[in-house]
Amino acid sequence: MELMLQGIQQRVGAEVHLYRMDLQLVPRAVTVLLGATQAGKTTLLRIMAGLDRPTGGRVRVDDTDVTGVPVRKRNVAMVYQQFINYPSMSVAENIGSPLKLRGETDIDARVHELASKLHIESFLQRLPAELSGGQQQRVALARALAKRAPLMLLDEPLVNLDYKLREELREELSQLFASGDSTVVYATTEPTEALLLGGHTAVLDAGELLQYGPTAEVFRRPRSVRVARAFSDPPMNLLSGSATNLGVKLATGLQLTVPLPSNAGARRTDALTVGVRASALRVHGRDGDLELPGKVELAEISGSDTFVYADTGAGAVVAQLSGVHSLDIGAPITLYLSPNQAYVFDAAGELLVAPEVL
Amino acid sequence: MARIELDLAHAYKPAPRSDDDYALLPLKMDFEDGGAYALLGPSGCGKTTLLNAISGLIKPSQGSVKFDGKDVTALTPQQRNIAQVFQFPVIYDTMTVAENLAFPLKNRRVPAERIKQRVGQIAEMLELSGQLGQRAAGLAADAKQKISLGRGLVREDVKAVLFDEPLTVIDPHLKWQLRRKLKQIHHELKLTLVYVTHDQVEALTFADQVVVMERGRTVQVGSADELFERPTHTFVGHFIGSPGMNFLKARWNGRGIEVAGHTLSTQTSPALLAAAADFTLGVRPEYVSLVESGDPTALPVEVTQLQDVGTYKLLTARIGNEILRVRLDPHLAGPERGAQVWLKVTGAHTCYYGADQRLLADANPALAARVNA
Amino acid sequence: MKTVNQKAWLLILPVVVCVAFSAILPLMTVVNYSVQDIISPERRVFVGTEWFKAVMRDDDLQGALWRQIGFSFSVLLVEIPLGIALALSMPAKGWQASAVLVIVAISLLIPWNVVGTIWQIYGRTDIGLLGATLEKLGIDYSYTGNSIDAWLTVLVMDVWHWTPLVALLCYAGLRAIPDAYYQAASIDGASKFAVFRYIQLPKLRGVLVIAVLLRFMDSFMIYTEPFVLTGGGPGNATTFLSQYLTQKAVGQFDLGPAAAFSLIYFLIILLLSFVLYNWMLRVGTAEKAGGTHG
Repeated sequence: MELMLQGIQQRVGAEVHLYRMDLQLVPRAVTVLLGATQAGKTTLLRIMAGLDRPTGGRVRVDDTDVTGVPVRKRNVAMVYQQFINYPSMSVAENIGSPLKLRGETDIDARVHELASKLHIESFLQRLPAELSGGQQQRVALARALAKRAPLMLLDEPLVNLDYKLREELREELSQLFASGDSTVVYATTEPTEALLLGGHTAVLDAGELLQYGPTAEVFRRPRSVRVARAFSDPPMNLLSGSATNLGVKLATGLQLTVPLPSNAGARRTDALTVGVRASALRVHGRDGDLELPGKVELAEISGSDTFVYADTGAGAVVAQLSGVHSLDIGAPITLYLSPNQAYVFDAAGELLVAPEVL
Repeated sequence: MARIELDLAHAYKPAPRSDDDYALLPLKMDFEDGGAYALLGPSGCGKTTLLNAISGLIKPSQGSVKFDGKDVTALTPQQRNIAQVFQFPVIYDTMTVAENLAFPLKNRRVPAERIKQRVGQIAEMLELSGQLGQRAAGLAADAKQKISLGRGLVREDVKAVLFDEPLTVIDPHLKWQLRRKLKQIHHELKLTLVYVTHDQVEALTFADQVVVMERGRTVQVGSADELFERPTHTFVGHFIGSPGMNFLKARWNGRGIEVAGHTLSTQTSPALLAAAADFTLGVRPEYVSLVESGDPTALPVEVTQLQDVGTYKLLTARIGNEILRVRLDPHLAGPERGAQVWLKVTGAHTCYYGADQRLLADANPALAARVNA
Repeated sequence: MKTVNQKAWLLILPVVVCVAFSAILPLMTVVNYSVQDIISPERRVFVGTEWFKAVMRDDDLQGALWRQIGFSFSVLLVEIPLGIALALSMPAKGWQASAVLVIVAISLLIPWNVVGTIWQIYGRTDIGLLGATLEKLGIDYSYTGNSIDAWLTVLVMDVWHWTPLVALLCYAGLRAIPDAYYQAASIDGASKFAVFRYIQLPKLRGVLVIAVLLRFMDSFMIYTEPFVLTGGGPGNATTFLSQYLTQKAVGQFDLGPAAAFSLIYFLIILLLSFVLYNWMLRVGTAEKAGGTHG
């Protein structure tokens, strides 16, 4: 099914929850809504489902205007953060409930099929309260899948689960989405989840839709500083500088040789922001690298990587180094950056230069 | 600041008969004065129970808790002089930030001048100085957690600060800042800190020593390096690392290690491996690499997926019924889906596990030497 | 959307008819009577706002009004703190919690005129436990003869009858407070009073708004219990507004003034409730002013 949101806005009293936006979902694919808490993801999901009516704009499904149609009339499945299941019904009855409502006859076979897909077939006779969090969420997912609705909405479904469980379920979800026919919309605050789910991503910030496109593209070419900030984990390093003939001059006088687009209107001495991903900084230099000498503020070891917080002349940065590096606080450190891995944003925060995609 | 010694167990029922009756199986653990420790494990593993036993919120059904050699098992949290930060911010809604921070000192009748000085000091450390006069109820979640933490730090003689999954309600990008703040505080104040979490990144970045727990049992205690390089149990290999360790079913076939019908050579002494009938080969995705065809330490696999995760590329491959995951450099193009490649799996970082899921002792002396050095 | 709305109207049509019949039409009748002088069933004269003016000037009515206000405020002053105290002392878990809940709720289940009768007998100095005890102690007590005694008895009876409602509401509110707050307070070294003042009371705000509004409205309209207990006496010492109203309408068949007064009565309650509600809510939201979602 093709879902199109035209000129959608949402106001509650004097507050604007969603600013005017247009969104056209790619049918039968996964679209991720990425944003911090309170960015408007849940509001947008509710409008897509038909739970709320937007204060402005139209919602179209397959060219039919469904803006005022309540959710009961639309064919939508939704999964929430809080493991929502019918508490007095067994797992099997929960999964079978949408099928029963539709009047289907061969419910048992389908329930078994879904339960085994989600690895809960041994719990079919239990009540949801007798299951762990992860298992309850699987029941909710099975119920949503049973409905075979053309639109499936998930509102941060893994956020209340353990880290490891989240990883496992995320992978299973990816496979389930790929093998199904529905258009899936998945809301999350974690950039890593967006990258792992693939598909398309819509970045939301404070009620505004900042960018929408294929996930890898939005990640590699964030349209603005706000998108770069929202879509990076660890947070992207942002260094201020000014435009010169050769590229960008950073605060310490360091010159970053980067060809600025001549038509972008970046005049000499215009204030620019250089964006550097943590993983782009290295401790071993190569030819042509920019050197950033500084002092170690903090080093965090997370098993496979070391996150180093350093105070350089150009600003405070965080670098993600692979492997374990024991660094003392206060020790001097030089970080290297290859100019072709830097992002440059103009004075208004719009993207000028992005690293090449391989 | 105190040294904490634990020698306890906690059962659900008064007369426990099997392992299932215990919330915490008998354990003996020491937390050094001024050290940062993490209790890491999935839901239900007993980490919060252990934390509450340390803080005094629950009394263990058997055993004792000692602070600096003194038995505190019968004392309340207040009497033990500890501070605890909970999963969601706990603040006094009707008070301002300054009043919240001053509260524990006021209850101990500390003179007003001293309170003001101490509150100012802690507020500056937590970057709350600009908000001291604001009503605490109106602030964002991370500021509220900082206040919760501040109330614990403001007492100068606090013995230990305990954290129960404190970053649960915080946004991902703010988590970085708060973690950094916690580490800085540890560095400055040198307090004994115990941190409970199910997130291995939080545990490894925060703590000097991590206690990995599963179903009431302590599985391994070690530094981030030790747990990563030499997990002594498959659970630790699986739980730590994102993604976790690859486990391949293997056996010794006389010539080498046989995985999915393919024979691999290894520098490990064959005696231990031959003695075990079937064992498990464990290797982390970070240590699997793409090599030339025919490499004796590599397996021929088919690429099923290549994902760009930003900071690395995740390659998923299949051989027979086994699945392998590999972390690749994000700046290089990886092999395409369906491609046949060779992945090196046996090497200095490979571990071997027996049927009981435990590390076969000395399976890799080079590795043991490196970690123990 | 249109289909669903129409169906909804059809579903509630029977209810609308019943409500119209039993409430709206009688209300219209009252308004009708309030602007007419009913000299006899056949003769009615339209008098406009004359009754309203007369009612406002009536001394007896003003007396009843002040007595009523005094009563309602005394009730709130005693029942709210007492209810909170009772809720605080009730056990939170286990079979004891259920047992105590049942015991506490008993007085709420008694029909109101029975409540009045119980206290009427209870207060008698010859056969009532309270009256006899007080007399043995040498205290001069007579709720039929002494105005102050009558007032106190009516007050104590209402407290006995309705405090459990406040207690139950507060009990529910207290159960909603997560354990972590108490644990944190204990770690902070807070005294029991500090815990009450800084944690429990702020978190009971929502529940207390309901309790105060309910008790205020009910006590302002109280009729059965004091009527059965004292009959409004001695004299008119315990004649509250609704009893006065009934005397006028039923007793003296002065429908005009009674109808006028009914409307004024209704408006007074509405106004005072509105003021109370807004005040309590504003005190609560002032704390959240200038904040983001937590």
